Amino acid sequence: MASKKNNSKEVIALLRRMWLIRAFEEKVSALYAERQIVGLLHLGIGQEAVAVGALSLLRDDDLVYGGHRSHGHAIAKGADINKLMAEIAGRATGYCGGKGGSMHIVAKECGFITATGVVGGTIPLALGAAFAAKERKKRQLAVVFFGDGAGQSGPFHESLNIASLWQLPVIFVCENNGYAEFTPLSAHTKIERLAQHAKTYAIPADTVDGNDLFAVREVMSQAVDQCRAGKGPAFVECLTQRMRGHYEGDPAKYRELSQLAEWKKKDPIARVARVLKNQKALTDKELAAMESEAQALAEKAAAFSLSSPWPAEIEVDSQVYAAAS
Amino acid sequence: MRELAYYEAKFEALNEIMTGDERVHLINGTFLSLSPHRHVFQNLQKKFSARMFAPPISELGFCGLATGAAMAGLRPIVDLSTGSFIYEAWPQVANEAANAYSMSGGQTRVPVVFHLFHGLRGGGAAQHSGSPQAMLWNVPGLEIVIPSSPRDVKGLLKTAVASDNPTIFVDHTRLLDVRGDVPENDKPIPFGVADVKRSGSDVTVIATSYTVQVALQAAAKLAKEGIEVEIVDPRTLVPFDLATILSSVEKTHRVVIADETHQSCGVAAEIAARIAESGFDRLKSPIRRVSTLDVPVPYSPGLEAHIGPSEARIMDAVRAALA
Repeated sequence: MASKKNNSKEVIALLRRMWLIRAFEEKVSALYAERQIVGLLHLGIGQEAVAVGALSLLRDDDLVYGGHRSHGHAIAKGADINKLMAEIAGRATGYCGGKGGSMHIVAKECGFITATGVVGGTIPLALGAAFAAKERKKRQLAVVFFGDGAGQSGPFHESLNIASLWQLPVIFVCENNGYAEFTPLSAHTKIERLAQHAKTYAIPADTVDGNDLFAVREVMSQAVDQCRAGKGPAFVECLTQRMRGHYEGDPAKYRELSQLAEWKKKDPIARVARVLKNQKALTDKELAAMESEAQALAEKAAAFSLSSPWPAEIEVDSQVYAAAS
Repeated sequence: MRELAYYEAKFEALNEIMTGDERVHLINGTFLSLSPHRHVFQNLQKKFSARMFAPPISELGFCGLATGAAMAGLRPIVDLSTGSFIYEAWPQVANEAANAYSMSGGQTRVPVVFHLFHGLRGGGAAQHSGSPQAMLWNVPGLEIVIPSSPRDVKGLLKTAVASDNPTIFVDHTRLLDVRGDVPENDKPIPFGVADVKRSGSDVTVIATSYTVQVALQAAAKLAKEGIEVEIVDPRTLVPFDLATILSSVEKTHRVVIADETHQSCGVAAEIAARIAESGFDRLKSPIRRVSTLDVPVPYSPGLEAHIGPSEARIMDAVRAALA
């Protein structure tokens, strides 16, 4: 915990980023409840330590891939929250001009290459980025986030095998929140820990408390070092909880209320805040200020998004085929 | 003019492409099928082994890998071998590669080529004779290339690799021994330009892939009956050159479409619809389709021959169009 990777100045910056993700998603949730945002919305509230911890160890030119619950991954990689929220709101000023939406975020400028609405869909794409990096001898890494639900999909297994066979520089980050959509993992597989699959394919794997920012960073830093050294892929399984339903509006009756209360105690943001407070690196007042700053930025992003124009109809077929570059 | 076999022209294209662009990688290696010509392909393996990869039997995985590598700056050509095997890779081709450019608002280009051999091949039966191009035509975002001659395979393959879009390269094993003119230093053939393979004034036959060769034989026989057929080969389905077809229809007023995809929602159905929408007043008889019958492809040679767009069926359709 006291390694040089965790000096308090850096941890404060990471906490700020976690708060930004939390405030952003809470604002998106509020806009959805007001029907200012339509479409399917999957929030990762409660999973911020995974995104921020894992991506805090990457270089700017490393390439990141997400899934349907990836607002946090994009923000952790450095996405502009105005353009991100505008995209979720379907506006012309969004990252994808309103053609992607919440599940299909692409923020290429900061290396968040793509999310996908298909469970497991970006795992082979990240494999391809790692392949390209290896071929071009760039020492770049690809990192792909997916949930425990992806662990039973074809692209997951085919990709793990190829990554191992060709020793590709890709880190598989599994956010095991215990629920594949609406059912507990036990209803989908007898395998409790997804890291077990990685071991089957001869990929070094660790399972870690995904609500502990420091633990995520510790395991992730080993994965990054190994991968960057050209020693092939790594697999990091982060045990975490999403505090919301599968999608916004999901009554989540499949979960016990007591379970939720238990999870709130493990809130990854509160845990980092406690550590910083104990170290006397931050006061309560400073922590509260950090939260309100994040909320103010989220409000600003919402104002920007809702005042942005809708995409013009003429744009509807403007980006189906790329002209020669 | 220099004459080459189709497989030689295709090999020449691959060789020139690999020589000219270090970003091109080949994933899987049956570009000349399992035919006796595969030894020619081995020459390429000797020269470019560092950029040629033999993946495990994981079509979904390696087509996704190629798509991801294309997004990250390479220009992979992936060989799916038998056309039916693209079904194994469908989510990555149809749901990731095809959508990426639009879904990202133009941020992400996907210059990948998916190469496959479609169609009736002699004993391929139902699971090794697929012609997935019609289904793929229903997926916006993909370009679809379908050559029928040595000159076209070379020129179109070069354009496919140069394209910044995911491109399906639909080939046919029965074309590999076809011979034809391929000029030295020929230019790449642009997409969306149909080619009149035979001039005639009585009936327009629109044909694709190996069926162009079948139609040429049918036309030679029909000429002896005094019927002059014009054969138009679209060469690419996406983009599609309707103008060249309509100007042929303007001349003949009669249309037969011969193609190896199954009849329902097949390539011929889409072409017929486009002609009907834009050139109905130029037609003197109904558009006729010579497609593969709507049955799973049977194994036994006689049955297989019965269901495809054969010379005899094309000739019957042409005669019917004139009746």
